[in-house]
Amino acid sequence: MSDSLSEKRKIKSAKKMRDIMTTYYLDAMTAEQNNKQVAWITSGGPVEPLVAMDIIPIYPENHGAMIGASKMGEDLCIKAEDMGYSSDLCSYARSDISCSIVKGGPIGGLPKPDMLICCNNICGTVLKWYEIQARLYNVPLFILDTPVCHTGYSPEIARYVRAQIDEYIIFLEKVTKKKFDHDKMARVGRLAFEGQQLWRKILNTTAHKPSPMSAFDAFFFLALIVTLRGTQIAVDFYRDLLTEMDQRIKDGISMVPNETYRLLWDNLPVWYRLKWLSTKFSDHNACLVADTYTSAWCSALNYIDEDNFLDSMAEAYTRIYLNIGVDQMADQVLDMIKFYDVNGFVMHSNRSCKPYSFGQMDIMKIVRKKAGIPVLMIEADMVDPRNFSQSQVETRIDAFMEIVKQRNSPNDLCRH
Amino acid sequence: MKEIDIFKDAVKDVSAIAAGIKKKQNKIIGYLCSYAPEELIYAAGFHPMRLFSSKSDIVLAENHLQAYCCSMVRGVLEDSLSGRLDFLDGTVFPHTCDSIQRMSDIWRMKGKYDFFADVVLPVKLNTPSARTYMMDVLNKFKNELETAAGKEITDADLQASIKTFNLIRKNLSEIYGLQSQKPGIIKGADLSAIVKGSMIMDRDEVAELLPAIVDRLKRVTTPGKIGKRIVVSGSICDSPDIYTALEASGGVIVGDDLCTGQRWFDGEILDDKNPMAAIANRYIDRMICPAKHISPTARGENIISLAKKNRADGVIFILFKFCDPHAFDYPFLKEFLDREGIKNLLVEIDDQQQNLGQLSTRFETFVHMI
Repeated sequence: MSDSLSEKRKIKSAKKMRDIMTTYYLDAMTAEQNNKQVAWITSGGPVEPLVAMDIIPIYPENHGAMIGASKMGEDLCIKAEDMGYSSDLCSYARSDISCSIVKGGPIGGLPKPDMLICCNNICGTVLKWYEIQARLYNVPLFILDTPVCHTGYSPEIARYVRAQIDEYIIFLEKVTKKKFDHDKMARVGRLAFEGQQLWRKILNTTAHKPSPMSAFDAFFFLALIVTLRGTQIAVDFYRDLLTEMDQRIKDGISMVPNETYRLLWDNLPVWYRLKWLSTKFSDHNACLVADTYTSAWCSALNYIDEDNFLDSMAEAYTRIYLNIGVDQMADQVLDMIKFYDVNGFVMHSNRSCKPYSFGQMDIMKIVRKKAGIPVLMIEADMVDPRNFSQSQVETRIDAFMEIVKQRNSPNDLCRH
Repeated sequence: MKEIDIFKDAVKDVSAIAAGIKKKQNKIIGYLCSYAPEELIYAAGFHPMRLFSSKSDIVLAENHLQAYCCSMVRGVLEDSLSGRLDFLDGTVFPHTCDSIQRMSDIWRMKGKYDFFADVVLPVKLNTPSARTYMMDVLNKFKNELETAAGKEITDADLQASIKTFNLIRKNLSEIYGLQSQKPGIIKGADLSAIVKGSMIMDRDEVAELLPAIVDRLKRVTTPGKIGKRIVVSGSICDSPDIYTALEASGGVIVGDDLCTGQRWFDGEILDDKNPMAAIANRYIDRMICPAKHISPTARGENIISLAKKNRADGVIFILFKFCDPHAFDYPFLKEFLDREGIKNLLVEIDDQQQNLGQLSTRFETFVHMI
């Protein structure tokens, strides 16, 4: 591939996104000087009321991803283990907990929180993690308890979560000593809705063959819909990114040269091996066109009423991908396989994320049976490289790609 | 002691217990968590049975749960898949931890038993809305049980059930109290058999046997040599050998913060005109599990008060490998104990296999140190 072609494949919006994230972290780091309050919040947590209250939301999980991507995870995880935390615990939590003490990592630690907002729709780990930080920083902790919808959303869950949204607002008013502005909340709610719609459209562009971007790009561009959801900045950025994707489709620019095979990824990224994995699949002319992870930030859109955000957010935050039954997760995976027309499914069995990883083996069986495509499961961890064996993963990917190629060869009689 | 022997026999052969219950035409509902509302199961005329792993080799569960899932969860799933739990008529999964949450899905999708219920209890227990939700969830479960039983669960049924469970819990508390007063009057392995048996056996029988044990223990005097007073903390401890090893090392158990101990039988259901509310209140107020929240420091305060109340010389954490809620709490509990000058030790165990030799050495060193 010539240099100009490779240059053409680069997504131009990436630089802008880096600039926005830098500004965001700088603002957060200087919050105290600017008389702004900082709230630490879980990745699946309801950020919109914070935005409406002019509180800067900080995501320890986004920080965890940065630590992983900058390959600083091992060191910070070991430091947490020295503090008594088991090496079997979530590596986001381990690296964040030790970072709070040693102020390490790519940005020298996060700005001190004035409050902690923990929504357990993603796991039970965040509850323990935020309790630890509540003790360390001695700041108020709000827990949004979103009961698991094993088989559906029920009236008692709806009542409980809705009641907690009101408690959340009272909590924020108390901590900030400011009145909650419902008009502003309505505006933020609409922006959050619009941002998520745009994010969904961007992710949907990869249904085009060849795909204008890959899941590795989605992992990168995800940061804004997580951290700046509910702001005009996110909406503007994603509108531009969508335009760029549409243009790439028009111009026939694909992310993977000679895209021949299309794959779906499951679970969090392996942050410290993104480039290696991306090249590995690309060398097989395979593009990871979609994933179950980044779509979680728009999968609950159907439950949001943009004109009545506060009432509808209870359901939207409770019925996210990880807070439903394994059989419903499998249904969503099957839908994605169809929509993106993929030839194989790659599952990351992630030691750090039990609610995401347990049940994967059942999903794998369902996918094999109902979609009839090959499935690969690789053992790794999102941040701690000690749980990743590159040679083993490489062998498994090569073997898997052989099967994918055979299945899709015109001479293959087994193909249905 | 004859009464204790009944418990010891029971825990040795759970399927024999199950067969006895089935003979009485009673249906068995299994569960894995001390937040399972046993009072409701019993009031519906079913037999509530806590499930423990038979510690058989993991073969079939290997196809459902990765190796980094806790050994108890994998072990019980293995028992189910291999047919060792075919005596069950149903199961109930209260929301416990991430691992059991997914196990519940896998279990439901397998659909091996007639009755299945998720009782998705609140995780935080410190707000009025959580209390209301707790009531809602318990009422929903009551309705599900009524449908399964084909009969209404009346307030009288509930009152009778509450009476039985209060009696069981009160007597277990008394046994623990007597052991703390006169350490060594009962062996740790026997104590463990009594608690575990009380979770497995016919509850009417348990309610009848326990007062006799209390009576006998009241009359027993403390053995001559008293060991170092130890409080144990962890999730479940289903290995009586661990207690035996601790005693051989010169320790004696005077209290615990275990799911197979005081966390399960702590707290009385107060007499109330509304029995459902009374049951809900007890689940909210009982000694808390690390998978639930009441305040960031509640468990630290609890372990200190347990240690002080029982005049513990030391605290031993017996934690399952891959048990996240407990592993997250350990450093802070240790810090609380260290601050109070209470010696403590951590041992990490696997429900499937234990290296008792190594454990004994660590116990001996610890006991000598305190």
